[in-house]
Amino acid sequence: MIEARDISVAIGGRRIVSHVDFTARPGEVSTIVGPNGSGKTTLLKALTGELAYTGTVTLNGRDLASMKPVEAATLRAVLPQSTALSFPFTVREIVRLGLIGGRSGVLPGEDARLPERALARVDLDGFAGRFYQELSGGEQQRVQLARVLCQVWAPVLEGRPRYLFLDEPVSSLDVKHQLIIMNIARDFARRGGGVVAILHDLNLTAMYADRIFVLSRGQLAAAGSPTDVLNDELIEKVFDCRLKVCALPSGNTPFVLPQSAA
Amino acid sequence: MSEQSIAGAGSAMTVDGDRSARARAVIVLLCLALVLSVFLSLTSGASDASAVRVIRDWVTGAMPVDAALAARDRLIVYDIRMPRVLLGVLIGAALAVCGAVMQGLFRNPLADPGLIGVSAGSSLGAVAIIVLGTTWLAPVTLAFGTLALPLAAFFGGLAVTLLLYAIATRQRRTSVATMLLAGIAISALAMALTGVLIFMADDRQLRDLTFWQLGSLAGATWPKIGTVGPVIILALAAMPFLSRGLNALALGEATAGHLGIPVQRLKYTAIVGVSAAIGASVAVSGGIGFIGIVVPHVLRLAIGPDNRYLLPASALLGASLLLIADAVARTIVAPAELPIGIVTAVAGAPFFLWILLRKRGVIDL
Repeated sequence: MIEARDISVAIGGRRIVSHVDFTARPGEVSTIVGPNGSGKTTLLKALTGELAYTGTVTLNGRDLASMKPVEAATLRAVLPQSTALSFPFTVREIVRLGLIGGRSGVLPGEDARLPERALARVDLDGFAGRFYQELSGGEQQRVQLARVLCQVWAPVLEGRPRYLFLDEPVSSLDVKHQLIIMNIARDFARRGGGVVAILHDLNLTAMYADRIFVLSRGQLAAAGSPTDVLNDELIEKVFDCRLKVCALPSGNTPFVLPQSAA
Repeated sequence: MSEQSIAGAGSAMTVDGDRSARARAVIVLLCLALVLSVFLSLTSGASDASAVRVIRDWVTGAMPVDAALAARDRLIVYDIRMPRVLLGVLIGAALAVCGAVMQGLFRNPLADPGLIGVSAGSSLGAVAIIVLGTTWLAPVTLAFGTLALPLAAFFGGLAVTLLLYAIATRQRRTSVATMLLAGIAISALAMALTGVLIFMADDRQLRDLTFWQLGSLAGATWPKIGTVGPVIILALAAMPFLSRGLNALALGEATAGHLGIPVQRLKYTAIVGVSAAIGASVAVSGGIGFIGIVVPHVLRLAIGPDNRYLLPASALLGASLLLIADAVARTIVAPAELPIGIVTAVAGAPFFLWILLRKRGVIDL
């Protein structure tokens, strides 16, 4: 379990995130939503130890601040919003970097083929020999996801759940690959791991999230299951946009269409 | 590392996008090239002394026909050429590896100790000892003896590197544009201070300075190698431990940290190692440019940017190239000798411009 208590982050004297409580359980996809500049990425960076924060973050009961980088790396992998590269690495070489510090959790001999398996997962079969810098933005994003998957290939290692942190994992993907990636995230959670994802698409959020954290101006505006959180009042209050939340006749997955904007 | 043994087991099988087999082959070739360069260096020179004969006599224990000539040849080969070759190997390797490490650290293929002022800082330290060693800095020279010059060069280089890193890094992001521009400014400042020192120098010191500044392996002696050799070897021996971390750093500092790399320790080790190796090199041979930028770049084209192979390959190619440059420097205008810095600059500067032109669209300042 990831537990964050009373998290505040200030950058350059400006407080970006204030007093947020956050919990991500293994077996669940937890998503963070909110308008631009609401502090989603900043919160994620605090949860991964990338930014200095006040408050406490624990991973499986251990304080994140007291963990060595390599200990944290065996417990969680992080997909940043975008990754610029300084040298001409091949796709395979990038994906292989996921095996550098953490432990994939597969049998020792299987590590050798893991980059290819990870690339196949993200629908990039046959891309291993291409140069990363020559790929499109969406393809690059999926290469990075393959790298992240290599790092925590087994969602549970030695009885302890592991976590994926995904910052807008589908932001530059076409609809087919959005679904592929979100299914990978859900599958990781179903097999016992935990997923924390920042998403902009409220419909994907409603489909895949077990738990939604809504941020507004650096504060937690709501938290709960999609049906609890996604409603007309909250969306108008947080996104400053009047939209109608509907539900499919079958099941209770809510959906929101921009056409309903008043 | 279990991965390589598996991949190696299927010998002929090449994995798409995996360039490690090619990298290993290139490293073997570079080893051969270095052996050849060493041989070339030992056998060529202003005198007609035959290194082959000296070595043959030594191996077979044969008594030479002309004892006086043999003694002269032995002197030339053992006391002049051998230390020079060894120094060339050490410094060539140091320059190339430090270039590769700096480029990995700053995440930019143009970073080079000579370009961003580390060498200028080392020079300032060294010149300060040469000029002020008997007056203001007398306690330093007294305390450290022959180590004073390499130490001063080391701290000069270290100071510049730390200053650069501090200036160019904000909120854990190192701005390459700031780094290059700050490097130019710091270089200029260090050179100006060096100029002041030169202005203060007396005639004898001026002669020392001029020879030293032009950059040359001519001053190679066994005692000098005894002083700087261990520093360079120690610094270079630490570098392979940084290679995985430097690979991860290509994805950015934050991502390297998420991959389990202790980024701060990596950065400090790299900076101290580079300063030590460059400081020691500059202390004995002055500023020799472009090896640190040309060698890693050529190798990245050939075997890719994986530092596990790039660093050893750079050491080998850097050593070979410097030996060849030195052989050119001491034969082309024999019996006089061209400063080696001139040779590497004449060959390296056009190459550097060529990189810039090819990468105009890619390198984003």
